[in-house]
Amino acid sequence: MSKLFMFEKPQGMRDTLPELYELKQQVKKAVSSEVEQWGYKSVQTPTVEFNETVGTASAILDRQLFKLLDQEGNTLVLRPDMTAPIARIAASTLKEAHRPLRLTYDAPVFRAQQYEGGKPAEFEQVGVELIGDASASADAEMVSLMVSSLENAGIPSYQTAVGHVGFVNALLFEVLGQETRVEEFKRYLYEKNYVGFRKAVDELPLSSLDKRRLYELLRLKGGTEILEKAEELTESAEGKKALSQLKQLLEILADYDMDQNVMIDLNLVMHMSYYTGTVFEAYSEGLGYPLGGGGRYDQLLGRFHHEEPATGFGLRVDRLTEALGKEKKPLASDLCIIFSRERRKEAMNEARSHRSGGRSVVMQEITGIQQVDAFSAQFQEVQYFIGTNGNGGSGS
Amino acid sequence: MSSELVTVAMPKGRIFEEAVELLRKAGYDLPPEFEDSRKLIIEVPQSGMRFILAKPMDVPTYVEHGVADAGVAGKDVMIEEERDVYEVLDLKISSCYMAVAALPSYDPGRDVAPKIASKYPKLTSDYFREQGEQVEIIKLNGSIELAPIVGLADRIVDIVSTGQTLRENGLVEMETMMPITSRFIVNPVSYRTKAAQIDEMVDRLAEVVGKEGVS
Repeated sequence: MSKLFMFEKPQGMRDTLPELYELKQQVKKAVSSEVEQWGYKSVQTPTVEFNETVGTASAILDRQLFKLLDQEGNTLVLRPDMTAPIARIAASTLKEAHRPLRLTYDAPVFRAQQYEGGKPAEFEQVGVELIGDASASADAEMVSLMVSSLENAGIPSYQTAVGHVGFVNALLFEVLGQETRVEEFKRYLYEKNYVGFRKAVDELPLSSLDKRRLYELLRLKGGTEILEKAEELTESAEGKKALSQLKQLLEILADYDMDQNVMIDLNLVMHMSYYTGTVFEAYSEGLGYPLGGGGRYDQLLGRFHHEEPATGFGLRVDRLTEALGKEKKPLASDLCIIFSRERRKEAMNEARSHRSGGRSVVMQEITGIQQVDAFSAQFQEVQYFIGTNGNGGSGS
Repeated sequence: MSSELVTVAMPKGRIFEEAVELLRKAGYDLPPEFEDSRKLIIEVPQSGMRFILAKPMDVPTYVEHGVADAGVAGKDVMIEEERDVYEVLDLKISSCYMAVAALPSYDPGRDVAPKIASKYPKLTSDYFREQGEQVEIIKLNGSIELAPIVGLADRIVDIVSTGQTLRENGLVEMETMMPITSRFIVNPVSYRTKAAQIDEMVDRLAEVVGKEGVS
């Protein structure tokens, strides 16, 4: 490796400077306060976990994990998401806690470095997990809480897509009849490769009716009318059950008054095996990447030896911030008191009274400043306590 | 991403003319100077579209990052770049295939190390790995045919449309790897937030592609 310049950071790592920090804090606060108002309790988990437990249980691919070794030679991971650590807690220390359990987090997660810009290796997520409730009502709570969090954060023109992995699995199995084929076709959907999907359908010895059912699956995207179309494609109990869950979910969303920006997308396959039921993602028109998403993961807790249904979502703070745009706001410290040694006490009293009124005040002794004009130009208001006598001057 | 216009990334060069022709057939009213323009961005407000002209290899990058809502990209580029975009439609234009080629005198037994020159390092290494062969790859950016002639690599992996370039340089095709056509690709967010415009575009293109009866 060539010699590092002293300003360099590892690939994909970012600094957050005061202005952006402020904006990020606002975003996080907006989401967290909404989530807390819905009764979710915050938890913190370690940054480093075992690869064998949280690493393999998480939805993140092995090659995307940051790994290190501890002194005993165990492989550790920097947590790639928060769902797996929370599942670990729910299945162990909080095993006896009353269900349903409502937990929330606000934490940085880590994904292995990529050699392209725009894909950070560390980013913050705010999210919730609702554990021990298998009902459509729990799924609906996830979608509506996510939507109202976006609303509270002021995200412009957002859109949510809702799908159901159970429906995809059921329809594929009905037509294809074998698990391996189901996997193959599901992978095309996961990779968003509709061309490959259609070609693979063409090559199978299926009846033209069955082929049409698979082609139609690719078109199951839109409003509530999609559910009726989907109804005609599936005959199995699992498929019908998935659709009735979705229908219920939409009814509940309508009661929440949050069904306007929700679209149905039955091709939404965000992961090959992790999700087991309803899945959803949120988008903003101004940003090329999803803001976040989630879904039902009824098998994850089983990996921690405690079978239990669960659902949740996570929002990416970096993308929410980007979607909001960079509105420049002056920093909160809007008052500066510049003083000289002789009038220090007076300046301190003045500062104290402003601070107790909730205002943030920078105190700066005049001898510490190199260029007074340039320094004071950063503040909305500047007060001077300089000289041996006289009143405190004020300027802006 | 502008909310009113749909931004489409078009590949400059080989595929461009065919792609423009296809769009015109699909009823998109593109100005006649479209092909001659040296501009990198062309707005066609009457069709509600804006085109950006990019290197073919870069089209999926623009689409993945969402600065373009959709684009036209070769399957070769899609395999090489592995971008997170929807591959919605096979446009069935600029049809060609990927192939392995070498000098007629090539003898695999005499390789010191199996060296392969290509513009597509990922595609090449994935392909040979699937064949159970580990190869060393030398990445070149063009005129790949030169590599075996001057002794940089024993074999090459490249796109073949008529085979003329290979013949003119005295190379023979050893294996056909996969057929390549251009695809219509869509950004996952635009696919939802601009669903109406994108779906209409896909339907119109699909109709033209079907009519051509290429498949």
